[in-house]
Amino acid sequence: MKLKKNIATSENGFIFNPATGDSFSSNPIAAEILQMMKDGKSSSQIKAELLDKYHVEELQLERDWDDWMSQLKDANLLEQ
Amino acid sequence: MITQKLIYERPFIKKMNAGLMNKFGTRTEFQALKYIDGVSVKSLLAEYGSPVFVLSEKQIRRNYQNAVRSFKTRYPKVQFAWSYKTNYINAVCNVFHQEGSWAEVVSGFEYRKALGNGVPGNKIIFNGPDKHPEDILLAIKNDSLLHIDHFDELYSLIELCDTQDKKPRVAIRVNMDTGVYPIWDRFGFNYENGQAWNAITKIIGSGKLKLVGLHCHIGTYMLATSAYAIAASKLCELATNCKNQLHTPIQYLDLGGGFPSTNTLRGAYLPGVDTVPSVDDFAEAITSTILAHGFKQDELPLLILESGRVLIDDAGYLLGTVLANKRLSDGRRATIMDFGVNILFTAFWYEHKISPAQDFTHHSEDMVLYGPLCMNIDVVRESVNLPLLNRGDNVVVHKVGAYNMTQWMQFISMRPNVVMIDEKGNPHLIRKAETLGYLEMQEETPTHLKSINL
Ligand SMILES: Cc1ncc(COP(=O)(O)O)c(C=O)c1O
Repeated sequence: MKLKKNIATSENGFIFNPATGDSFSSNPIAAEILQMMKDGKSSSQIKAELLDKYHVEELQLERDWDDWMSQLKDANLLEQ
Repeated sequence: MITQKLIYERPFIKKMNAGLMNKFGTRTEFQALKYIDGVSVKSLLAEYGSPVFVLSEKQIRRNYQNAVRSFKTRYPKVQFAWSYKTNYINAVCNVFHQEGSWAEVVSGFEYRKALGNGVPGNKIIFNGPDKHPEDILLAIKNDSLLHIDHFDELYSLIELCDTQDKKPRVAIRVNMDTGVYPIWDRFGFNYENGQAWNAITKIIGSGKLKLVGLHCHIGTYMLATSAYAIAASKLCELATNCKNQLHTPIQYLDLGGGFPSTNTLRGAYLPGVDTVPSVDDFAEAITSTILAHGFKQDELPLLILESGRVLIDDAGYLLGTVLANKRLSDGRRATIMDFGVNILFTAFWYEHKISPAQDFTHHSEDMVLYGPLCMNIDVVRESVNLPLLNRGDNVVVHKVGAYNMTQWMQFISMRPNVVMIDEKGNPHLIRKAETLGYLEMQEETPTHLKSINL
């Protein structure tokens, strides 16, 4: 699952999709993940980094990751 | 070296639709509610389980005293009668009775509950279309106030009196056009078409009943004070006619209940707190009408009120726990709670305010709140903006004191504990959670169905 190429993100969590004109706000961890996705990191790489940095169970993160993906999909931010 | 990991929050994005923001917002829902009357929500949940209803004795007394003050500062003779159906747990009823409230009941079992609580028979008002002969006889014996609902009841009451040496004290319930529609005309005798007057003349003509009062209950969650002014004026008119034409002075006017609590009705544009008139406003409308009607000072009727929801809704809380989060096929977030419409009946009427019971980050999300029942109608809130909630988090539902603890159903899950926090901040269990044993106590299994062999 890759982020669409032209999606603009800002450090403070603002997201803009120039193709649709939609804008989004995100929480800090979402902004961080988006940045990592833009940097081309794989999902397992990103998850490993999050587990390292945050106080979260692997199982919980796994579940939230699925939800995260569906949020991005619903928001039309992923490559088809 | 051990490094401290950062606090985790699930990643989340939210579409920003400029111009469509709800101007009135739901900011108040963004405050954690951690204490009720000084008792921690978490400790209540730990002690009494989840979900659990919590009532504040202090708030009930405050509501009652404020309502009484609103009327007594405007009118010399005022009496409240607690509407049992609104919440008939004995501890609740007795708070009202300690404050001086009579009882208003609508069934034989409610009537006996009031007697059991120690309410003198002559301070019980017996309303409703379904009074059984044995209940009526008991009420006559106790000199209770029988509010007659329809002609069939009136005729059978007159018949019953043949076997009694006591003259029952009665009133009639009157329904009428108060400018609020639909008219609740299924209860009582209609004013405009002359039915009410007809009933009055029959009662007095029978010589067997003592007509002492006139009653109406024009609706519930009424938003127009003008409707009460009209109702009061029509009852006054009837009372004057009773005195002048039938030489029967009326001792009391009972204006029923119906004042709204500050809950927000489903689909309402503005929150209830900002829109509903206060008890003071209703008191002003009612008392100024009666005072202006021209009763002689010593003939002013007693004013009775049967308020229910306005006296207890905001004293009740439902504490519960998040069971799960999921995303619906259309992308909306859904949160499943451990309480549903089986115990939160008023979710059908109200957009109940819901607060998290713990700290949260400033991000929030629109979501549907579901109960745990296996059925589609089990929706606690169709759409509510709340901070991100995780499995195991607790929430507090506000203003649930009226009607839930009487209209609740034992369906799929059982009725939970009910706790009352006294004025000193001590919690008391006032109704135990139901158990399988309690449930099956009422069942009888025929012998041939006692054993199975699978
Ligand atoms: C006869 C009567 N009195 C009083 C009440 C209490 O009404 P509320 O809770 O709206 O004040 C009701 C409720 O339906 C009622 O039917």
